[in-house]
Amino acid sequence: MKPKNRRGSSNAQAGSAVETSERRKFEIVAREDFSDVTYLLEIHHPLMARAAKPGQFVIVMSHEHGERIPLTIADFDRLKGTITLVIQAVGKTTREMQQSCQVGTALYGLVGPMGVPSHTGGARKVACVGGGLGVAPIFPLARAFKENGAYVIGIVGFRTKDLVFWEDKFRACCDEFIICTNDGSAGIKGLITDGIELAIEKHPDIGELVAIGPPIMMKACAEATRPHKIKTVVSVNPIMVDGTGMCGGCRVKVGGQVKFACVDGPDFDGHQVDFDDLMSRLRRFSQAERAATERWSESCRMKNPGSPGLPSPDQSGEALALPDPFEEAKGG
Amino acid sequence: MAKKKTIRTIPQKRAPMRQQDAHRRAKNFEEVNCGYGLEDALHEAERCLDCPDAACIEGCPVGIDIPGFIMKIGAKDFRGAYDLITQTNLLPAICGRVCPQESQCEGVCPVGETLEPVAIGRLERWVGDLAIAEGWSNIPYIEPNGFKVGIVGSGPAGMACAADMAKAGCDVTVYEAFHQAGGVLRYGIPDFRLPNEVIDAEVDNLRKLGIKFECNTLVGRLFTIEQMIDEMDYDAVFIGTGAGYPQLMGIPGDSLNGVLSANELLTRCNLMRAREFPNYDTPVPIGRRVAVIGSGNTAMDALRVCLRLGAEKVHCIYRRTQAESPARAEELHHAEEEGVEFHWLTSPVEILDDGKGKVRAMRCIRMELGEPDASGRRRPVPVAGSEFEFETDMVVFAIGTNANPIIGQTSKLNLDKRGYIEADASLATSMAGVFAGGDIVTGAATVIEAMGAGRKAARSMKAYLGIRNADAAGLTERQGSSGKLFGIDLNERNFARVRVA
Repeated sequence: MKPKNRRGSSNAQAGSAVETSERRKFEIVAREDFSDVTYLLEIHHPLMARAAKPGQFVIVMSHEHGERIPLTIADFDRLKGTITLVIQAVGKTTREMQQSCQVGTALYGLVGPMGVPSHTGGARKVACVGGGLGVAPIFPLARAFKENGAYVIGIVGFRTKDLVFWEDKFRACCDEFIICTNDGSAGIKGLITDGIELAIEKHPDIGELVAIGPPIMMKACAEATRPHKIKTVVSVNPIMVDGTGMCGGCRVKVGGQVKFACVDGPDFDGHQVDFDDLMSRLRRFSQAERAATERWSESCRMKNPGSPGLPSPDQSGEALALPDPFEEAKGG
Repeated sequence: MAKKKTIRTIPQKRAPMRQQDAHRRAKNFEEVNCGYGLEDALHEAERCLDCPDAACIEGCPVGIDIPGFIMKIGAKDFRGAYDLITQTNLLPAICGRVCPQESQCEGVCPVGETLEPVAIGRLERWVGDLAIAEGWSNIPYIEPNGFKVGIVGSGPAGMACAADMAKAGCDVTVYEAFHQAGGVLRYGIPDFRLPNEVIDAEVDNLRKLGIKFECNTLVGRLFTIEQMIDEMDYDAVFIGTGAGYPQLMGIPGDSLNGVLSANELLTRCNLMRAREFPNYDTPVPIGRRVAVIGSGNTAMDALRVCLRLGAEKVHCIYRRTQAESPARAEELHHAEEEGVEFHWLTSPVEILDDGKGKVRAMRCIRMELGEPDASGRRRPVPVAGSEFEFETDMVVFAIGTNANPIIGQTSKLNLDKRGYIEADASLATSMAGVFAGGDIVTGAATVIEAMGAGRKAARSMKAYLGIRNADAAGLTERQGSSGKLFGIDLNERNFARVRVA
């Protein structure tokens, strides 16, 4: 699949997984749709599958005119040489990708793994909390904690039963697994913080809580653990351009200090992160994003009138009214 | 030489550079300087005195044979001029545009003592542009020597190092984290100063030397420097990752929406083409009244980009005076022409919000110059009680950058206390076979200085690999530019032999 061996040195290369080619192709080898907004892409990139660690993210460019969007790595398979991204279609780029990213197509750009890997040693009893966009990326963390011998309590939140995915994967690596749904159609009825309360009640000796999800949810998680003095790590999801520490767009305030999420994070102490600042900064381009999405859905309807797969105008309006279009960033 | 030229006999006036009209150009991204025509170039070439001890060569960080190429232009041997430049500088179309010539070659030109110095940069650019138009490239005969060299970062340092190593016969791969090669030339310098086609052409020239460019590759995270040496069989590695980590002022309000680094503004606009939004997906914030803090070349670029994006008023806020401004004289002049307003001896102390998380204004303080500081420039000190409010809705910080931290985080290379990679005089790092140069060693500097560092590292790498001629070249840097042995220039580095293991 990978063209061109390096000239004259194939012998020396034997046994190494390192491949070099003039332009890597980032082929999509599998896709799964969890709901009408959430989809999974498995992308062939053996080198990245080998390098990726839980908590890291990638930057994706779907086409030449596209924007660079950060997405947390939801899984990686070193044997198959693939990485997995779980994406929620909330903005222009992620909706466009929902249509264009089919098995056999390739991404224009994929770079990573970026960010400092999560620390998955130390704690004996860990709660891994994923909400909304954060459910998929919390999975490799739960697995890594388990592999390192910790007692893992998985807590995930969905709006309703139909949106639940990867339950089997979580059950396989968690010692306890709590699903929370807003309407109670699966697991317990309530918010993710209710799940956390439940877990803390049963296990007062939880040593660490890791939360990934929309900022408002991570903020609630941090507040839930603060009175119990449980170490809380959150994976922040600001707007990024390069992901290599160069633009400073992803800066967050942590304990009064400015940190760049792409190179200093994305994991920070949840009790120190200034979530209000983070949420305010996530709205930086909401106008531009809305305009782009509207323009795009317009052009889709023009090209393809009455196509059932496309969001109708009011649906798109609703999606945009959700927490923030830029939460597509780094959620997965 | 037909007749001896003197300061009296040469054309007294510089050939002027044709430029886009300031009002028109402030609204488009086309190049400001249109370049010399043939007549202009011949006129300007006539002004070079061909001094025997050419100060300009000393003034050039890579030591281009400046009088040599100018004489060739004068003799209408344009291809010869190109060949001569490309012996030392593979990227004349770029350097002719972005070098600070007034503090390098042109700054020491003897003609400049009485008249305006020879417009060396413009002539270099003319030759470079001609080569692109004519499709010239100088691909020497390269005998592969079996060495594999990895270059981290495709900016000016990496490109220069890659070119020298490829010419020496090495199998060179350049890694770039972005999706396009060029580094700061691509994301930082706007099109109206350095068009993308010029970068494309120069990168293509490097490809013709057999250099492979691998974009979308974040070295350090995808694989480490150690892995390059141990597992990927690189015989030598050059790190030129630059100093791209933007500094913020750390004043209240600097995380408000509408406050961003010049790097972010320029990357969105140049590399990601946000100015063509929504045809390109990346958005860019557009202010009505923009304040750019700082007065270096990056600040000038940011100011002028904001104008072109449609800002009504663009202000440059600098805590020293114009005399201390580190920007290229031409850029300052262009910015002024285009309507940028300068506020010297002014420094922001706080950014004020509008209650909705956006910028409303800035509180500034007046400065005055005190005693000279470590840089030799007079230190600006605040004037007590001189604070005032300055209305603005977008603030851009262009106050400098720090070392990129990724290689430091992911390798065992020794860093200095500011996070730059520690390298000795030959640019060797603390790890055998690993060299570093450019901004990641020295801190933020110019394109040509980075290229100079890339070439210097290449000499050291050749010496390290035992490639012939490398040590001689390293020792007699720039000395024997006229020395020849059996008709072969002593500085000739276009060939090499395979090392007998």
